[in-house]
Amino acid sequence: MTTQIFAYILHKDGKADDSALELVTAARQIDPDAAVTAVIGGHGADLEAVCSEIGPAYGEIWKIDSEALAFINAEVIRDMLVRVLPAGSITLIAHEHFGMDLSPGLSVKLDAAYLPDAVAFDGIADGRLKAVREEYSGQVSTHVQVDLTNGAVITVRPGSFQPDETGGRAGQVADKSAAALEGGVPGANRRFIEVIEAEVGDVDITKSDVLVSVGRGIEDEDNLEIVEELAEALGAVVSCSRPIVDAKWMEKARQVGTSGQTVKPKVYLALGISGSFQHMGGIKGNPYIVAINKNPKAPIFQVADVGLVEDILEFVPELTEKLEG
Amino acid sequence: MEILVCVKRVPDASENEIEVNAQGTDIERDDLVYSVNEWDNYAVEEAIRIRDKVGGTVTVLSVGDEETEEVIRRQMAMGADKGIHLCDEVFEDADGRTLAGIIKAEAANGNYDLILTGAQADDGAGQVGGMVAALLDVPYASLVNRLEVLDDKKILVGREIAGGNQEMNEIDLPCVLSIQTGINEPRYVGIRGIRKVASVEIPLKGAAGLGLAADAVGPAAAKVKRMDYFVPDPGDGAEILEGSTEEKLDKLVELLKAKGGIK
Repeated sequence: MTTQIFAYILHKDGKADDSALELVTAARQIDPDAAVTAVIGGHGADLEAVCSEIGPAYGEIWKIDSEALAFINAEVIRDMLVRVLPAGSITLIAHEHFGMDLSPGLSVKLDAAYLPDAVAFDGIADGRLKAVREEYSGQVSTHVQVDLTNGAVITVRPGSFQPDETGGRAGQVADKSAAALEGGVPGANRRFIEVIEAEVGDVDITKSDVLVSVGRGIEDEDNLEIVEELAEALGAVVSCSRPIVDAKWMEKARQVGTSGQTVKPKVYLALGISGSFQHMGGIKGNPYIVAINKNPKAPIFQVADVGLVEDILEFVPELTEKLEG
Repeated sequence: MEILVCVKRVPDASENEIEVNAQGTDIERDDLVYSVNEWDNYAVEEAIRIRDKVGGTVTVLSVGDEETEEVIRRQMAMGADKGIHLCDEVFEDADGRTLAGIIKAEAANGNYDLILTGAQADDGAGQVGGMVAALLDVPYASLVNRLEVLDDKKILVGREIAGGNQEMNEIDLPCVLSIQTGINEPRYVGIRGIRKVASVEIPLKGAAGLGLAADAVGPAAAKVKRMDYFVPDPGDGAEILEGSTEEKLDKLVELLKAKGGIK
């Protein structure tokens, strides 16, 4: 029996998210012979543009066109998907802000297994899918087995799979709007109002070639001084990871990561930053990464170019002193 | 407003080096520092603030072994009114869906207007809240970083989305929300606060008490099973600088100069 895999396509302003091509690779890793279909909700010209864009990557595309999907609310699209997705199929969704909103409930409504945040797949045997996840901020990994009897909803970590650039597929669009809207527009008890854009800070960290980025390892607000002094000695700008903003020690505009800014420096110093995938997701352009962290197991050492297993509270002032000669 | 907050006792990954045990069956749990899941702590704080504003009750619920009680008690010391401890040997290998079923069974008894969870725990799954909502057939929103009670029927909710932007929604009660860190500044719990709730009774319920059949919540019910733990392949990894502090500093400055890190 052919495995049926659906890839849910995220898009914004008429352009598909990077995950659209990554999910093709993920699907092939689940089953090289699977029938892989894109499923996409949206409205009007934006939706048409995304269908054309991803056409070469997918044999078939199921589109759901509705004014109610002009901004996609997870509760609305969830019940539409329940109406169109065949029982027993596998649905892949990127593990990000929207995927986390949609997927757990979708799995319940489909009575399918739910596998969150998969980073690799190892095929299907005896109706069970073997997959890899990470736990404890990437300090350890686990193999998990997923019972596919009633299908599965799987969120896939962005950036974990290479984009499939093969192209040349049929991209045949099937309009599933009628089936999705049968019974009316669902999800009336959660109503989208607006998107509030991020505030612009006093410094634009996206423009800097050298970033000195600080994380939880700084321990106390008063210690930020040593990071500012290092940045000054380097002629760099200070940025940070999420815990620093959560603690209100720095403004949101300084945060690097998928929920903050996307930066493209030439050199990135990560001080006391563990290196979660959400943080690394905000660093583009393949900079030279220097990691200083007292935990030798910190995942940042897997992605950095050079690492120092040191306590930043001691090492950073010494580095500043050295630079100031 | 009746508010239920679901919390979890976890090893604190920011305080611990997590290692895989020799058999690869679990992490090394001896000597680990456990605490309440960080995200859950923000959820409890948010619940207490709402109650202080509009009145009502905050109940903290946790599923876990005997030691989980200390976490519930700590959250009560923050100011929660009640605790519920769901504890049963058969819950031990529960997957996310089974856990959600256990929580739903208790939540359905309670007439809650608002159910909060943390956005995720250190296993990164972030699944239980959305499942509980779907099981109860009430609306859900995840990664909530702003919450305002509009009246006794609806709330205004801000969700974190990409790029630091915020998606605003109006949601009818009852509903389930997963709370993101940074939504508030959780209060400090002192030893005196813990002492004050030391003798408060926390009701304990197992599968039978919840009206759940053991085979519906036991290991056999799990559709997703963890097979092993292993250390991820470090890939190419970073070149780790060794030697004396002076040697490391020299080498690092040299590298920074070569890569354009010094202006």
